[in-house]
Amino acid sequence: MSDVQPNKIPVTVLTGYLGAGKTTLLNRILSEPHGKKFAVVVNEFGEIGIDNDLVVGADEEVFEMNNGCICCTVRGDLIRIIDGLLRRKGDFDGIIVETTGLADPAPVAQTFFVDETVGAKTALDAVVTVADAKWLKDRLKDAPEAKNQIAFADVILLNKTDLVSETELKDVEMRIRAINPFARIHRTQKSDIAIDKVLGQGAFDLDRITAIDPDFLEGGHKHFHDEDMQSFSFASDKPLDPDKFFPWIQELTQREGPNILRSKGILAFKNDPDRFVFQGVHMILDGDHQRPWRDDEAKLSRIVFIGRHLDQKALEAGFRACVA
Amino acid sequence: MAALSSPPSSLTSKLRPVDVGGAVAGVRFLGTTAAFALEGGAVVLAGEEETRVEAHKGAILSVTGDARRLITGGDDGRVVATKADGSTETLFEQKGRWIDQVAVAGDGAVAFSAGKTAYFQPVKGERKSHDFPSTVGGLAFAPKGTRLAVAHYGGASLWFPNAVAKPEVLEWKGSHRGVLWHPEGRFLVTTMQEPALHGWRLPDGAHMRMSGYPSRVRSMAFTNGGRYLATSGSGEVILWPFGSKEGPMGKQPTMLAPRDVRVSAVATHPKDEVIACGYEDGLVLMVRISDGAEILLRAPDGKPVSAMAWRADGGALAIGTEGETAGLLAF
Repeated sequence: MSDVQPNKIPVTVLTGYLGAGKTTLLNRILSEPHGKKFAVVVNEFGEIGIDNDLVVGADEEVFEMNNGCICCTVRGDLIRIIDGLLRRKGDFDGIIVETTGLADPAPVAQTFFVDETVGAKTALDAVVTVADAKWLKDRLKDAPEAKNQIAFADVILLNKTDLVSETELKDVEMRIRAINPFARIHRTQKSDIAIDKVLGQGAFDLDRITAIDPDFLEGGHKHFHDEDMQSFSFASDKPLDPDKFFPWIQELTQREGPNILRSKGILAFKNDPDRFVFQGVHMILDGDHQRPWRDDEAKLSRIVFIGRHLDQKALEAGFRACVA
Repeated sequence: MAALSSPPSSLTSKLRPVDVGGAVAGVRFLGTTAAFALEGGAVVLAGEEETRVEAHKGAILSVTGDARRLITGGDDGRVVATKADGSTETLFEQKGRWIDQVAVAGDGAVAFSAGKTAYFQPVKGERKSHDFPSTVGGLAFAPKGTRLAVAHYGGASLWFPNAVAKPEVLEWKGSHRGVLWHPEGRFLVTTMQEPALHGWRLPDGAHMRMSGYPSRVRSMAFTNGGRYLATSGSGEVILWPFGSKEGPMGKQPTMLAPRDVRVSAVATHPKDEVIACGYEDGLVLMVRISDGAEILLRAPDGKPVSAMAWRADGGALAIGTEGETAGLLAF
């Protein structure tokens, strides 16, 4: 597991609908002999089978910031818990935050961008979602929380694969891809997975945004178009004008922020030798120049949105209008 | 050598470094002994000699104290009182919980909180508790009488632990994380998750919004007599005027000791309108409010000042940093 950013403690957010296998994964991470120590923030004590004095109970207290950003909800309890855990620095290598089965991952993720202390000393590593291969299809129909967790994920464990056929597995993977074509999907049984596939992902680390390659499985995207949640990716081989792009993306995320769950981009600006990368959670955007474009890579700008009720045509037109 | 016609602008040579060996969570004077509470769980007592007491089996999350006792709350579920002689007493213990906040009253009564539950332990008598709707962000005893201000989401509550009545709620949207009474009990001020303070005028509950900070306010204190509220969070010490019955509304704050580094901690002198002002680079200035005169007390060492306290007679200042350095300065 590599460090997310120097001196910052990596934080992994573990989500998944009730009964998907989250706690099994957590127990596995804590008990495997990897030589790492983790502080764990859980919602229900007693489920963790490991004796660990760094297991902390949380209350999932979500509140809205008073900063005029209507979707800017954060986890107040998490700010306090992480502040407390940081006083025991040296005692652990990473923090794992387990959410309840019905939780929206956004307030958890936003906490790491909104609070100064938390943001300065820790770094969100990835949102890992455990999904039940047998029941996910049903949950995507009746549980908006389950859909949020899939849409938000950087890593998805498609768990309990022993309970379904290969055909059913492919079907559920296509449904996942229709919502989120960017997450890494791993098929598992009893949440059995190598720890380095779950931790140390650097999914929110701007330096590690290497490429944005949507994975549209065998036309599944078209086949299983999700009425409610969509993802769109647009690319341009013509350089963009930063004076057009930034006002557009800021206005867009201000207006459509509640509907945009995640956004990400690698951009080539006119007369700029550097790649510009950004990523966002609802209205909160984080971006920076990353590194010079290499001679052997195409200066292709690509942008991605995952969200609800997004207007594909308007988004694409807005993006195209940013060409210099 | 020429005689000095003006006061010296630096007293750094009088600063005695204290080897605390850990990040300082809070500091108090117990008589002439400075008691440094460390984030890692120990207390370092710096009198004529320095002694180290392992007060907690984990992190110290909150610190308060009176003239005789340093009172700390820890993630080991304990509230511990440490005296200048190095003796400790466990005032409360609940395994598996964190003691997030502690407060002490003038008569020695203690209040503390674990999650949503606030506790009141009188000097004599039974412990009382009350569950608030959300986690307690701050606790403070009123200057007189047995009344507690409890900061939480959506405002603050005034709790009379000896009364049957429900706590009185002062509402204001957002997460309130620290709470302080005006020395005359006329105002209540909270620090918020956003870079702002909120205040209520008591008893009519009129709102006071104090905003414009570039970062969250972590440290605030009223000057002796309560004319000013000194606060951290900006590149200068911000002083809100609380001398009149109206409080600071419609008035501009006074800004002193501007630097290009943010103020991280403030401590008001127990007698005079003088403030010790600590910055994120470890520098500490003593600032006189009347004319803004500054005296350098500590040179910067790159470690953010996290806690400061004056001795009760105003003759000494204890300074602690996040970066495991500390100092004691007697005037």
